[in-house]
Amino acid sequence: MDSPTDIAAKPALAPSADTWTVAGRPFTSRLIVGTGKYKDYAQNAAAADAAGAEIVTVALRRVNLSDPSQPMLADYVKPDRFTYLPNTAGCFTGEDAVRTLRLAREAGGWSLVKLEVLSDPKHLYPDMEETLRALKMLVRDGFDVMVYCSDDPVYARKLEDAGAAAIMPLGAPIGSGLGIQNRVGIRLIIEAAKVPVIVDAGVGTASDATIAMELGCDGVLMNTAIAEAKDPVRMGRAMKHAVIAGREAYLAGRMPKKRYADPSSPLAGLI
Amino acid sequence: MTLTLNGEPRSFDGPAHLQALVTSLGLDPRKVAVERNLEIVPRALYAATPIAEGDRIEIVHFIGGG
Repeated sequence: MDSPTDIAAKPALAPSADTWTVAGRPFTSRLIVGTGKYKDYAQNAAAADAAGAEIVTVALRRVNLSDPSQPMLADYVKPDRFTYLPNTAGCFTGEDAVRTLRLAREAGGWSLVKLEVLSDPKHLYPDMEETLRALKMLVRDGFDVMVYCSDDPVYARKLEDAGAAAIMPLGAPIGSGLGIQNRVGIRLIIEAAKVPVIVDAGVGTASDATIAMELGCDGVLMNTAIAEAKDPVRMGRAMKHAVIAGREAYLAGRMPKKRYADPSSPLAGLI
Repeated sequence: MTLTLNGEPRSFDGPAHLQALVTSLGLDPRKVAVERNLEIVPRALYAATPIAEGDRIEIVHFIGGG
């Protein structure tokens, strides 16, 4: 067994060494969190903090002109602390998405954006044909685009070929908390991609995030799993650990599965 | 003059440029983005951007989202 001195003498497991990079920007945290559905912005900021997030997704909407004094996201979830990732939630065409993200670029100066072009409000699956078209428009316009997409490896490849900065397949429908439904599809996407793969949507609890990370993805993006937990700040912390655990397990390399038991104590020398 | 502001008709009698409009609404120009007749107006150009009867102005900002 290690004495305390031995432990201290070993090189520390430096988590900072295990960074990931999107569009040339390095990040340490592999957990991206949304900023919707919270009780208020203060709770939202506390949960993002507990999650150890460095990137938060944000939406762009009309200012409420009848009450310009209402609380603003930027006063709580501060853009000097978190990298804002503006999204295109609510956009159903490429033109809508491009218009929204151009405004976002003007509002905040950010070129790193999240593209999501949805289809049917019942399942909120991405319209991949329209998503690919919008991606090409945004890339021409100089954006670095992280793309919410289906778990289809064929479309994932098309997105990468069109210049996506990251591929973000869904684990399950947005806000459903059903967990990772198609591990094969996500694994195939990860194996083929040269850009980061982030599982976006579908995580319901900590083990779901761990499963996503064990598949080898670069990160996980979630909103409802934290925001709609009974204690969002505590769930934020749980997700932080879950993502780290899954990442470490992936890097460590799991043992092979076996069909029968294999005793852990040696049989030799048995009295 | 009457403008369509964030989709609603609204009368405005101040100096006819965007800077005056944004300020009169009580908004911090550093925290919003503005579109005039579907064209984005860079923040530095608000004071130099005239507004006229019938203009469609959109003023947006960041809110929470997933």
